[in-house]
Amino acid sequence: MSDKRLFTISVYTENNVGLLNRISSIFLKRHVNLLSMTASASEIVGVYRFVVVVKITEEAVKKIVGQIEKQIEVIRAYYHTDEQTIFQETALFKIASSLLFEEPQIQNIIKNANAEIVTVNQRWFVLSKTGRRSEIDVIYEKLKPFGLLQFVRSGRIAISKDAMRISEILEEFTMNS
Amino acid sequence: METQTHTLDVKNASKIERISGAEAVIKCLLAEGVDLIYGYPGGAIMPVYDELYKYQDELRHILTRHEQGATHAAQGYARTSGKVGVAIATSGPGATNLVTGIADAQIDSTPMVCITGQVGSHLLGSDAFQETDIIGISTPVTKWNIQVTKAEDIPAVMAKAFYIARSGRPGPVLVDITKDAQFEQFDFSYAKCTGVRSYKPVPATVAGTLEQAAALINEAKKPMIVWGQGVILGEAEAEFKAFVEKTGIPAAWTILGASAIPTKHPLNVGMVGMHGNYGPNMLTNECDVLIAIGMRFDDRVTGDLNTYAKQAKVIHFEIDPAEIDKNVKTEVAVMGDVKHTLAGILPLVTQKKHEDWHQEYKKYDAIEFEKVIKNDLQPTKEGLTMGEVLGAINKTTGGDQVIVTDVGQHQMIACRYAEFTKSKANITSGGLGTMGFALPAAIGAKMGAMEREVIAIIGDGGYQMTIQELGTIFQTGVPVKIVVLNNEFLGMVRQWQQLFFDKRYASTEMVNPDFVKIAEGYSIPAKRVKKREDLQAAVEEMIAAETPYFLEVCVEKEANVFPMIPTGASVSDIRLS
Ligand SMILES: Cc1ncc(C[n+]2csc(CCOP(=O)(O)OP(=O)(O)O)c2C)c(N)n1
Repeated sequence: MSDKRLFTISVYTENNVGLLNRISSIFLKRHVNLLSMTASASEIVGVYRFVVVVKITEEAVKKIVGQIEKQIEVIRAYYHTDEQTIFQETALFKIASSLLFEEPQIQNIIKNANAEIVTVNQRWFVLSKTGRRSEIDVIYEKLKPFGLLQFVRSGRIAISKDAMRISEILEEFTMNS
Repeated sequence: METQTHTLDVKNASKIERISGAEAVIKCLLAEGVDLIYGYPGGAIMPVYDELYKYQDELRHILTRHEQGATHAAQGYARTSGKVGVAIATSGPGATNLVTGIADAQIDSTPMVCITGQVGSHLLGSDAFQETDIIGISTPVTKWNIQVTKAEDIPAVMAKAFYIARSGRPGPVLVDITKDAQFEQFDFSYAKCTGVRSYKPVPATVAGTLEQAAALINEAKKPMIVWGQGVILGEAEAEFKAFVEKTGIPAAWTILGASAIPTKHPLNVGMVGMHGNYGPNMLTNECDVLIAIGMRFDDRVTGDLNTYAKQAKVIHFEIDPAEIDKNVKTEVAVMGDVKHTLAGILPLVTQKKHEDWHQEYKKYDAIEFEKVIKNDLQPTKEGLTMGEVLGAINKTTGGDQVIVTDVGQHQMIACRYAEFTKSKANITSGGLGTMGFALPAAIGAKMGAMEREVIAIIGDGGYQMTIQELGTIFQTGVPVKIVVLNNEFLGMVRQWQQLFFDKRYASTEMVNPDFVKIAEGYSIPAKRVKKREDLQAAVEEMIAAETPYFLEVCVEKEANVFPMIPTGASVSDIRLS
């Protein structure tokens, strides 16, 4: 119970500017580091979805999700373990184009990692890799020695295996009112 | 069409009329049944004040002497009237001055709507004169907040603000309105808010939980109730009393729960927490079933959680799902509005008396009386005690009064010894412990219950934090009674210094002005009492006054409040000296 592990928190919200502040202050107050946070549209028009990754105990995540759900514009919040979700991250690498010709193993690294070349010009090219963190770490470690002009990795996005029932919650509201 | 994220009672909407955003604010307040607001004007809110001038016959505005005072007055008003308190201020410093009161209302679940002016929307983000990000600042301490930049949004936002502030677990809401939105003309029509789709004010009671709770209660040999403000906020006093009387269970209260049932009710066993009564604190660690009703297990109530009621099965009646298991693990969570859940459980519980178990409380009461209460209420030493002042007040009012306290020793003494016969009678800053709360809160408390006697009990320290509100009392003539218990110290901090810091009285000694003269400067009748033989007559004179009245009682300087659970200690490690 008191072991820290990775949890993915999914928060469905009304599209509201102030909410990011409200949600992040809940973590801040408890000194919980956000490993990542992404905001995006969801499957429902006008409803936003935040995906937050934290490493804490289950007891702590339960309380935090309770506090998040309490916020007026939060429709529902859930937490899941890695086993309960399908999740991905995306990384972009900017690398000097000359290396493609000078260091032939780079081409193998790209191929073996199933990475994708997004764009190439004479000076540099951009590589994208989507997958689990560990897969991104592998290609990062392999490319790093050749020199990276830029590297960036997105936060995790995740979809739960179980249904989230958001539409039902919203429908229930429409029906009762 | 935009997605409907909230519902409005459009069937009963008002007729469309073309008015300004500022006038709309007033009309929204009137439509919500508001007839009294507290505030302080300034540049960014001037259009609304201009409308207040026109509507002064319908909507009374009380000019406090500081915006903090406006929030506390609104809180006091909300807590005695059961209605939403309203405070209004300008942008920048006006808005930031509201923050303490908002935080206080948030932690003590007080329904309040604060309206702030904001610089024109074209200036937002430009560090304009008196621009401050009050939305960002108030986010962690509001139940909801929102900035309005268009007049047409005002009616729906105001409707939502009132709905959110008063529904479910109540709390403060802040609406920040840019100056251009106040000036803008638009087609106004008002409809009350009936729901917000992302917000469920009252959680459903999980099927079977009432039965499970009743089974535990019926089998319990040593059950104990601890109730909090939820009973009062839920207006469930009658249901609660019926539940207590049928089950015969000893019932103890948190300071915010005080007065939900009368102090002298035979099943009322006193106060829990840091300076609560001996019996209920000790027996928390002996009971077999602990029934928490509308309370949130604040650390001032529980002391060390690792040694709090570990032997007991905990039943928690609660409206806020986030409170369940937050601090204390529950066996059964009865979610919902206590007015309904308590009514629902009543037929399921068996009539009992628990006589032997009550005897345990009586034993502890006798010890506490000998060691503490006797010396507080019937002192034989020369110096006046805070307790005997409360005793004199009880004797004079017969418990039929509202006590508004500040924060410190006098607060704990007042909560311990004030006798209450009616609900909504103990107005105090519980969760935030805001010094300076009492004087402005008393103004609001009186205005929220003009038929009741309202007595503010304040320390000489806290009094000086909002002493300027004497001006509000002077200007309005609101007949509040002010009692300053002057020990010439920041007493509670001094007590800690004495007990835990080897009597190093760092910056707790107060050199005070002549409080009587100050009151007289505001034309408030005033008296100072230094001797025991003068106390009762002075209190009687104060209560008899139909005007505001100021009474300073010079009490013993270095008296301590006991019992006391030292911070971090267990409730059963409570000290009597
Ligand atoms: C705004 C604020 N500042 C500081 C404190 C810390 N504090 C708690 S009690 C207390 C002393 C209060 O002294 P006084 O008002 O004279 O009341 P007494 O304890 O003597 O009855 C202080 C400084 C507080 N609660 N609130």
